[in-house]
Amino acid sequence: MTNTYRDSGRAGLVDERQFVDILEERRHSSDLGHALRTFNPHPYQGAAPCSAAELNKAVLEAQYLRYVTKEIAMETGSSVEEVRKEACGILEEMSQNLQLGFIRLMGYTLTKVFKRLFTSIFVNMEGLNMLQQAIQETPVILMPNHRSYVDFLIISYILFTYDIPVPVIAAGIPLAGMKMVGEILRRSGAFFIRRAIGSDKLYWAVLSEYVKAIVRKGYAPMEFYVEGLRSRTLKSLTPKLGMMHMVLEPYFKGEVFDITLVPISISYDRVLEESLLAHELLGVPKPKESTMGLLKASKVLQEDYGTMHVNFGRPLSVRQLCHGKINRCQYNLIPRDLPQKPTAEAQACVSWLAHLMVRIQEEGSLISPWSLMACLLLQAPITVLTEEGLLWQQLTEKTLWLRKLALDYGARLNWSGQAPDSDVMSSAVALHCSIVHRKAGRVYLVQEEELARKRPISLEEGVTRTAAAVLMLASYRNQLLHVFVRPALLATAIHITKSTQRNELFTFFCFLQDLFSYEFIFIPDKLSQDFEEACLLLKKCGAVHISQQEVTLSDMGLEALSFLQALLQPFIDSYQVMFRYLSEEGVNVFTEKQFLPAVRNLATKLILSGELHTYEALSSDTQKNVLSALRRLEAVTKLRASEQNEYKVNKAAVRRTGDILSGKIPPQMLQTTPDARL
Amino acid sequence: MLYISTKYQIIRKDFPFYLGKTAHGGLWVQIKNLPGHLPKESPSHVFLQEIMKWNGWGYSDSRFLFNKKGQAEFTGKRYIIIGMIIPGLKDWFECTFGASLQHKTPATPLLNSSAVQPPTLNEAFVEELKSTGIPFSQDAEDRVFRAHGHCLHEIFALREGKFGRVPDMVVWPNCHNDVVKIVELASKHNVCLIPYGGGTSVSSALECPPEETRSIVSLDTSQMNRILWVDEKNLTAHVEAGIVGQDLERLLNESGYCTGHEPDSMEFSSLGGWVATRASGMKKNIYGNIEDLVVHIKMVTPQGVIEKSCQGPRMSTGPDIHHFIMGSEGTLGVVTEVTMKIRPMPEYQKYGSVVFPNFEQGVACLREVARQRCAPASIRLMDNEQFKFGHALKPQVSSIFTSFLDGLKKFYITKFKGFDPNRLCVATLLFEGDREKVLQHEKQVYDIAAKFGGLAAGEDNGQRGYMLTFVIAYLRDLGMDYYVIGESFETSVPWDRVLDICRNVKARIVRECKERGVQFPPLSTCRVTQTYDAGACVYFYFAFNYRGLSDPVHVYEQVEHAAREEILANGGSLSHHHGVGKLRKEWMRETVSNVGMGMLKSVKDYVDPNNIFGNRNLL
Repeated sequence: MTNTYRDSGRAGLVDERQFVDILEERRHSSDLGHALRTFNPHPYQGAAPCSAAELNKAVLEAQYLRYVTKEIAMETGSSVEEVRKEACGILEEMSQNLQLGFIRLMGYTLTKVFKRLFTSIFVNMEGLNMLQQAIQETPVILMPNHRSYVDFLIISYILFTYDIPVPVIAAGIPLAGMKMVGEILRRSGAFFIRRAIGSDKLYWAVLSEYVKAIVRKGYAPMEFYVEGLRSRTLKSLTPKLGMMHMVLEPYFKGEVFDITLVPISISYDRVLEESLLAHELLGVPKPKESTMGLLKASKVLQEDYGTMHVNFGRPLSVRQLCHGKINRCQYNLIPRDLPQKPTAEAQACVSWLAHLMVRIQEEGSLISPWSLMACLLLQAPITVLTEEGLLWQQLTEKTLWLRKLALDYGARLNWSGQAPDSDVMSSAVALHCSIVHRKAGRVYLVQEEELARKRPISLEEGVTRTAAAVLMLASYRNQLLHVFVRPALLATAIHITKSTQRNELFTFFCFLQDLFSYEFIFIPDKLSQDFEEACLLLKKCGAVHISQQEVTLSDMGLEALSFLQALLQPFIDSYQVMFRYLSEEGVNVFTEKQFLPAVRNLATKLILSGELHTYEALSSDTQKNVLSALRRLEAVTKLRASEQNEYKVNKAAVRRTGDILSGKIPPQMLQTTPDARL
Repeated sequence: MLYISTKYQIIRKDFPFYLGKTAHGGLWVQIKNLPGHLPKESPSHVFLQEIMKWNGWGYSDSRFLFNKKGQAEFTGKRYIIIGMIIPGLKDWFECTFGASLQHKTPATPLLNSSAVQPPTLNEAFVEELKSTGIPFSQDAEDRVFRAHGHCLHEIFALREGKFGRVPDMVVWPNCHNDVVKIVELASKHNVCLIPYGGGTSVSSALECPPEETRSIVSLDTSQMNRILWVDEKNLTAHVEAGIVGQDLERLLNESGYCTGHEPDSMEFSSLGGWVATRASGMKKNIYGNIEDLVVHIKMVTPQGVIEKSCQGPRMSTGPDIHHFIMGSEGTLGVVTEVTMKIRPMPEYQKYGSVVFPNFEQGVACLREVARQRCAPASIRLMDNEQFKFGHALKPQVSSIFTSFLDGLKKFYITKFKGFDPNRLCVATLLFEGDREKVLQHEKQVYDIAAKFGGLAAGEDNGQRGYMLTFVIAYLRDLGMDYYVIGESFETSVPWDRVLDICRNVKARIVRECKERGVQFPPLSTCRVTQTYDAGACVYFYFAFNYRGLSDPVHVYEQVEHAAREEILANGGSLSHHHGVGKLRKEWMRETVSNVGMGMLKSVKDYVDPNNIFGNRNLL
């Protein structure tokens, strides 16, 4: 399986020749000319052209929707006609209305915006060529990661430029609410999905029929974010399965011969929303999407955001990927239009595929020199960053060391050998002047000045202030976590258990994967492969010797080992804080709304008292992940009856999890964990 | 009135091919009296064998060839197209397969008897058989002839002069009682019997199991070919099971009747074979499939003779024992006599055809026809590739006027009506019955077709469509002379799956060929050949140019295997009428469930505990 999706040579410095700067041409020729270019794409073979209105009509007339309509009418006692009207309304709110004219308008506007924001936008031509081919043969699903609002239309923009059919895009409903912009997006191919659909049966039915109709017809390539939403932490998110299932179902049910998935990795040197995101994680609410907000945000347009890379992955055949994972005969005995709960087999297959796609996105993303530096900055004591300053010399040396390690581990680095290394690092720091500044051979963390203006700030406010900068740093570190996470888990296992027994380390490795399953992306059922990979990579950097039974430390690789272990330390510390809160201080039953500020207060207190060394415990993302992980481990349960999403905590179980994590319970004792996999 | 058997007793000889069409059916295949092919004096059983190919389809004298000018023509004196030039075939052949007339792969011309394994004989059995007076043979040619059906791998091996396990001897029972004696002797001496009818199997059903160590005896039913009586009051005929389709129809026609059962293989396949495989006929919409036509069956098994006590048209007497017999594929016994329904010959017959802008519209039309239950005797929908294939088989037109007319029609359809020549497809129709009703029926069907964008396209096109059926097997032999191998296979599928299965299976074939190193895209085409209330029968044709492949038959088998998996994954059945044989055995369990397998197995265990009928089909 490993060879079916991985690029043969995924490691190393990225070959610059493969990437073309699409802004280059825009800077030399007319923007209007580009927007008005002849657009003559080759669509999917069998697809007859179909207007948005025809698509909607087909959806409303679909047998599946008729079944559901009737069912709901029966359940609610309303008439079929009423339910049908409601379905019409949902569809109207949802549907896209792709029009070439608006693509042109979008093209024109984006050219202007992109030229101002970015020095260059690199796109890999090889990937585009393969995509062009694939689009003619099967329905295509474009699956980019989502790190910034800026990338919402970037794919459409690129495809328009290269004469490939522009996609319809699944978007969150808040975007539709923006005056004018919502309508422009709709006409540029966006369709809008409500958040938290929950158990609204009719909504699910309309949405899934809509999605499936697009795939079946090969109406246009479909673009959606398998992570569900924009990652606030720049880290990959656990994939959402609903949409993925809808997209795959036409293949499962034989309605199309094959579907092509194209993972796309978008990476930024610098993300526009960096500061906004950090504050959001600290509990400052995200501003509502509004057109006014967008206009106000135009001041961010004044700054430089470096380069953006759009890496189109190799098109993947669903048919090939799912071979042996799905028995399509399971749909033989019930009409395919009938609403049916997906089988466990189908769910597992969808989940596996979704995780796989995220992993491929990760592997395809480009890591900037700044990410390496951010990683190292975070490992320096906080007082060094805020007060003494980190020696530039020390940082650069270490960065070059890390660069080598990352390359050994197969990362794609955006670090061409052309410019001198010192220049590369200097310009990275210069680009990120909002986070760090360099003075007299030392590097300091930038503290927000706005807050420091008049009155003296409180200690707690000071913590938040530093935390914002730390979380920004952390987000850039997060961009490369996937490169190191597997060996880092093993390094952590070695560090905590002090064991050399391979099976014990494996047990603990599994425990960590389970615990951090919302933090990092692991493909289900690949535990032992992940462990093998981790062993191999640790061996590669000389950190361990590996035999049949044992994993023993070597003196050669202590630097790498301690780096890897330090990489995960903030997560472990943060998790422990929350375990402590839940098992000692908190109440038995709580809501998420109560939980977040309470742990934030505890963490702040611990930071001030010097007990806690990481500011990442303040991130609401980490806090939510802990909650999800504990629910998965069944140490926390959601109360079904509760209206306000209340949780009930099993304090003993939480305490035990904390004890395992701190090494108090040796790995031999782990057999009794609720997770059967261990 | 009851005819007695003697009137119909015939000696097997060469019956010129005949399709029981009425006077005005402008036949592609013509009734021809063959001079100089009289029955020889010596044992009658060799006649059929003498006039048929030993390593290809059909009559020895009938074959396609490319003449010196590179034009295709058909030899022999049996079919109407003899001597006609088929100008389009060469181009179609070369373009479709990337084949070239320069690259030939001729078959081994003569059967080399010394390459055939010497027979393993059960002396005691042979001795006792001799005393019964039933003719038998241990001649290599006779044995090879009955060692195969018409699967690609079987014919391919024969063309290369390769023989696997073949039967050790052949017996020719003359009547039911002869069969009883043979089966008794076989049971007594533990000899393996393989019933042989027309030899047109395409499921490896006739292949001798290589692991069989006992003496294998091929039981050839061809001498049991009499119509024993015709009951005009009840409209039934009692017929010996070895009779071949065309003879049965011709003989019944002489007294104004027909069975109406016309499988594509009816020139050669036998009544017993139909029963043993659950055959289906082209005109089943009027006459029904074999299970609808059969009133009474007599079968000889190792446990004795099985038959019902009366001829009631329907019975509620537990599970119908006929359904253990039909589809048993020679694993339980030999069908010796069958009572079948007969019908007065239809007064009027008319072909027709409809062109649709695309296959989707065509399928929608067939579905509607089935919904209204107004399907004509036959209705078939060919996809675009097959339409082009049929077009390539058009004989040279005689006059400039006809070719002008053809041009005009083409112009009308493609330019005036805007049909895309690379998407359009055609349905062929055959109506049968009273003249008035036929015309009325025809109008009804054409009206439905019009709703789906269908345009009536004339009788000629319809007729040519049906002709394709009869020549396709001869064409395969032509292809095999030039590096092209191919096969057809079928399935049945619910209506809502028809389009999906057609698309997916065709695409799967193309993809598999590509992945297995086939240099040129294969011919991958389908047609919907039968309609039912709840679904349809779909036929796939698949052929490719195997130049550059070291083991073409293996590649072929892998692709066919993949195509079958695709059919099953798309809700299609394992087989609509070809049967399972040994070729599709591996999927039987998932097809009928564990319990189903157990049921069938326990029947086999009771009826034939010593596996005398050891062809190992089905289970």
